[in-house]
Amino acid sequence: MSAANPAAFGWWSARNRLRGVSSRSHFPLLMTCVVFLLIYIAACLRYRGFFSLQVAVNLIGDNAFLGIAAIGLTLVILCGGIDLSVGAVIGCTSIFVATMTEHRGWSPALAVGVALAAGTALGVVQGMLIHFFELPPFLVTLGGLFLCRGLGLLISRESVAILNPLYVKLSSWSLPLGGHATFPLVGVLFVALLCIVSYVAAFRPIGRYVYAVGGNEQSALLMGLPVARTKIGVYAFAGFCSALAGIAVTLYTSSGNALTGSGLELDAIAAVVVGGTLLSGGVGGPIGTLVGVLIFGVIQSAIAFEGTLSSWWARIAIGILLLGFILLQKLLQPERTNP
Amino acid sequence: METALSARGLTKRFPGVLALDSVDFHARAGEVHALMGENGAGKSTLIKILTGVYSYDAGQMFLDGKAIQPVSPLHAQRLRIATVYQEVNLIPALSVAENIYLGRMPKRWGGFGGIDSRAMIRGAKNSLAQLDVHIDVTKPVQSFSVALQQMVAIARSLSMSAKVLILDEPTSSLDRPEVEQLFSTMRRLKENGLAIIFVTHFLDQVYAISDRITVLRNGRLVGEHLARDLPRLKLVSEMVGRDVAELKHGGAADRQSAPLSPFVEAKGLGRSGAVGPLDLSIGRGEIVGLAGLLGSGRTETARLLFAADKPDAGTITVDGRTQHLGNPRNAIALGFAFCPEDRKVAGILPDLSIRENIVVALQARRGWWRPIPLRKQREMAEKYIAALRIATNDAEKPIRLLSGGNQQKAILARWLAASPTLLILDEPTRGIDVGAKAEISALVEKLCAEGMSLLFISSELEEVAALCSRVIVLRDRQKVGELSGSDVTEKAILTKVAG
Amino acid sequence: MNAVGGTIPVLDPPAAKAPRAKVRASGAMATVLYPTIALALLLLFNLLFTAGFFHVEVRDGRLFGSLIDILNRGTPVLLLSLGMTLVIATGGIDLSVGAVMALAGAVAACLIARPEDSPLHVFNVSHSLPLILIIALSVALLAGLFNGILVATFKLQPIVATLILMVAGRGAAQLVTNGQIPTFQHPSFEFLGSGFLFGLPFPLILAVLIFLVILGFVRGSALGLLIEAVGNNPVAARLAGVQASGVKLVCYVISALLAGVAGLIATADIKAADVNNTGLYLELDAILAAAIGGTSLAGGRFSLVGAAVGALVIQTLTTTILARGIAPELTLVIKAAVVVALCLLQSSKFRELLVRIAIRRRA
Repeated sequence: MSAANPAAFGWWSARNRLRGVSSRSHFPLLMTCVVFLLIYIAACLRYRGFFSLQVAVNLIGDNAFLGIAAIGLTLVILCGGIDLSVGAVIGCTSIFVATMTEHRGWSPALAVGVALAAGTALGVVQGMLIHFFELPPFLVTLGGLFLCRGLGLLISRESVAILNPLYVKLSSWSLPLGGHATFPLVGVLFVALLCIVSYVAAFRPIGRYVYAVGGNEQSALLMGLPVARTKIGVYAFAGFCSALAGIAVTLYTSSGNALTGSGLELDAIAAVVVGGTLLSGGVGGPIGTLVGVLIFGVIQSAIAFEGTLSSWWARIAIGILLLGFILLQKLLQPERTNP
Repeated sequence: METALSARGLTKRFPGVLALDSVDFHARAGEVHALMGENGAGKSTLIKILTGVYSYDAGQMFLDGKAIQPVSPLHAQRLRIATVYQEVNLIPALSVAENIYLGRMPKRWGGFGGIDSRAMIRGAKNSLAQLDVHIDVTKPVQSFSVALQQMVAIARSLSMSAKVLILDEPTSSLDRPEVEQLFSTMRRLKENGLAIIFVTHFLDQVYAISDRITVLRNGRLVGEHLARDLPRLKLVSEMVGRDVAELKHGGAADRQSAPLSPFVEAKGLGRSGAVGPLDLSIGRGEIVGLAGLLGSGRTETARLLFAADKPDAGTITVDGRTQHLGNPRNAIALGFAFCPEDRKVAGILPDLSIRENIVVALQARRGWWRPIPLRKQREMAEKYIAALRIATNDAEKPIRLLSGGNQQKAILARWLAASPTLLILDEPTRGIDVGAKAEISALVEKLCAEGMSLLFISSELEEVAALCSRVIVLRDRQKVGELSGSDVTEKAILTKVAG
Repeated sequence: MNAVGGTIPVLDPPAAKAPRAKVRASGAMATVLYPTIALALLLLFNLLFTAGFFHVEVRDGRLFGSLIDILNRGTPVLLLSLGMTLVIATGGIDLSVGAVMALAGAVAACLIARPEDSPLHVFNVSHSLPLILIIALSVALLAGLFNGILVATFKLQPIVATLILMVAGRGAAQLVTNGQIPTFQHPSFEFLGSGFLFGLPFPLILAVLIFLVILGFVRGSALGLLIEAVGNNPVAARLAGVQASGVKLVCYVISALLAGVAGLIATADIKAADVNNTGLYLELDAILAAAIGGTSLAGGRFSLVGAAVGALVIQTLTTTILARGIAPELTLVIKAAVVVALCLLQSSKFRELLVRIAIRRRA
């Protein structure tokens, strides 16, 4: 980009300045944080009792399963793909675990283990189809969505309550935070996963490979990076995360339902994109996704506090945010020259 | 001097083409060795074999006297043959340090910990310092210029202790001071004993940096010369395959040399990184040639004129009125037509029928709400299939099933059907048999006699000399001269091209 | 149904041109052939194993039976798949059709029922069916313009651009209904969903009419050719002077309008606007129908007839499973298999693999 362009209009130079900012810092993530803080502060000022530790903690706790799924999806999107099967895997896993522990007498540990393994296996298969046969990720994971919804409904159409004592104990456990605030187990799971994934993404070679493959797969191949392993691994991990999110749902609601997580893939994608991860891959990270999930949470909480507003405003707000952030990303993307 | 990488009798066959025919190539340590050739010479095939992208059908390769057989780019790198491509192959959003160390990042705690960023940054700084580049290695690669990105790519190769460095058209998007910096780096590297293979289209640069030049043509080795012993004219004539001494002087006899009233005029037309500002005028019914070697800016000029790319300077006037074209649609509305060089990428609509490929430009100009009746489309298709002798028994066949030459003719038909006032032909006769060439030439001459103007681009100087009444010569992305009337001879063009 | 189609009479002397006519016919047939075979096999299976599947009876001058049911229930997917096919042919995708269905249905229902808490309460047009239809379809049109402008002007990835409306569209629909499920009584509007004309369900007649109109509009004008040009090779299309942005905009608008009509039919059928469930997952069925119908998911050649047959295949499958008392959830699993199988068939890598295996076998 040469600066010596005499025909630089105000708009272009502003755009270039924006790009300069983005390359120096994480401009989209910064924007997300600002948006989150603005909404949060506005909500605190407007609603009595919003500014409390418990409300803040619940922003994470109530959306933990969304967050867990979104973390897996973040890596997939970073790697240049997409995973639509997230919500369906959550539904399938939750009903599987509930049915197995309640009706088949499996121990919760066995059910959970099998569910996690199955989720991972699904991810591996999807990843292999996408990588080796160069199929569009969108369609392959759409297949995954149909499969898991169907399997989940085949297991049981009805919601199954989990009464297994061990499970009940786990789901009612929560971490005391001092005062009256407590942090539920699913929240702990989410935060732990977030920490691990953030560390791996930033400080382990495999994490950097994810960014490299998403940034430019051809270059990554020429640099001798394990592209196949990275791509398939990322889908496998996303499958694992979705299954874990399904288990988190059973812990959160003490029940399993095949229809849980309908449309959750959209919320997860929205959280990832609003969190500053580029849909074209290679830029972003799990921390941004945390902020994206928090925005999601704070909007929902604010609407709940408002009382008169209904929940669909959350969807509209998310849609508008998504539009804003996608247009912002477009603005920041380097120009492509015509071939 | 010691031979670092040498290849003997390399042969590569693609379906229907012998891309490389028993070629010998020797890269010596401490030398910059330029690899030159026009389209289809086999340059890129040779490079791809040396770097393990392609396998080869026959021949042998040696590195420091030991037989090698690179099977993948990665394997070639391990063998210490490194390549820096024209489009720098780095990860734009990752830091400079990471780009240098991807795939072999230093880890803490004896390999069990996370990435040792500090060691990585230190190492990256050192590698770049060897090239006299001092930048913040924690910034993402995309925040630096292409020239610096290339330096990073070179630093990556060096830190992997490369012995042979292949630079594939590294200078095409650099400006002059950046090229100078690259050259000083190259000189430094060769003094350290690296063998450098340099692929470029720029004649001046070849002479500025190379010690040795190898010329390929049509997949064969034409010659290996010391750069100082090879006159430019000889180099160019080896590349284009015409011996200057054997060329006749006279051009075509009955040539109009009197300037016609200008129909299309471009003044100061240029785009940075593509072609320098140049003037160009085409009269009604005139055939103007654009001559120059591959990469000299011929195609770029045509694309600017057709508004396929945005010029950053210059004006275009048509019939004396200044026009802001903006996109090909507007150019087409003025009667321009453009047969691109790369018909696979920019020409054919592969899955559509020959008929649809022929009518599409005319239909696009009319707008979708005024369809050309199917019967009319059929007639047009039949007419042009017969007139251009497109070898097909069926206008409804998908065009991808045709041979390259016939596809080219169909694209030509597409534009003739739109009855253009200015036709731009970019390498229209490449890959076409002799008979078809003559047919296209005859047709084009007939159309020009009827008042159509033509801008003709071809590597075949013989064709240019035979067809054009005026020739604009390009070298290294600059207009270096214009020939007209009886001056238009193959020899004169060749001399101008060589400079 | 390509313009190449074998339906156009060959005017040339038959003797010299006979082989050409054959090639042309086979080219057009091939795309529609496979989904037709699939449909025929499904029907054959039912003929042999499902008792009464082909039973059609006349009650009160109206036709009833499984076959009529398939045609009738298949109309929403059929309509969506037509628009989806055009959008896919330009190299795009429209994920928002389900949401647009819900939105158009919600608008129509609220205009008729005029619930107190709906923001549309102020409009008093419940007496005029044309006005209701025009307003509801205008909303769908706006949705199409929104998608089209994002894709064509802002050059967003189609998946992303239409995802926005997929997320926000249902929210907007709930805004219209204020979260309720407004029910209504409006005989002439209900006719749209459950009426009978000439003994046939009205939605079916409407869908067939729309299908013919779209087919005529796309293939009668040059739009079809330009869509295929843009989808097949955008670079070459641009150099040939095709205005891709206009072509894409038209396709997204058509897709949204058809989704609007489908939404009206679905709403009229249940006499209520169930915003959460109207058109849920139907975008996926529409994509599947287009793919089954032989339209390449990478863009380019498309077949509207194929898409229609594809929609029928999906509906026949669903009805078959219901009629045989198999768990209806199995439909989803079978759809998953079909999606992956279709992808694999279109993958050149997969074909290469098959060829390699075949060669190894022979050796």
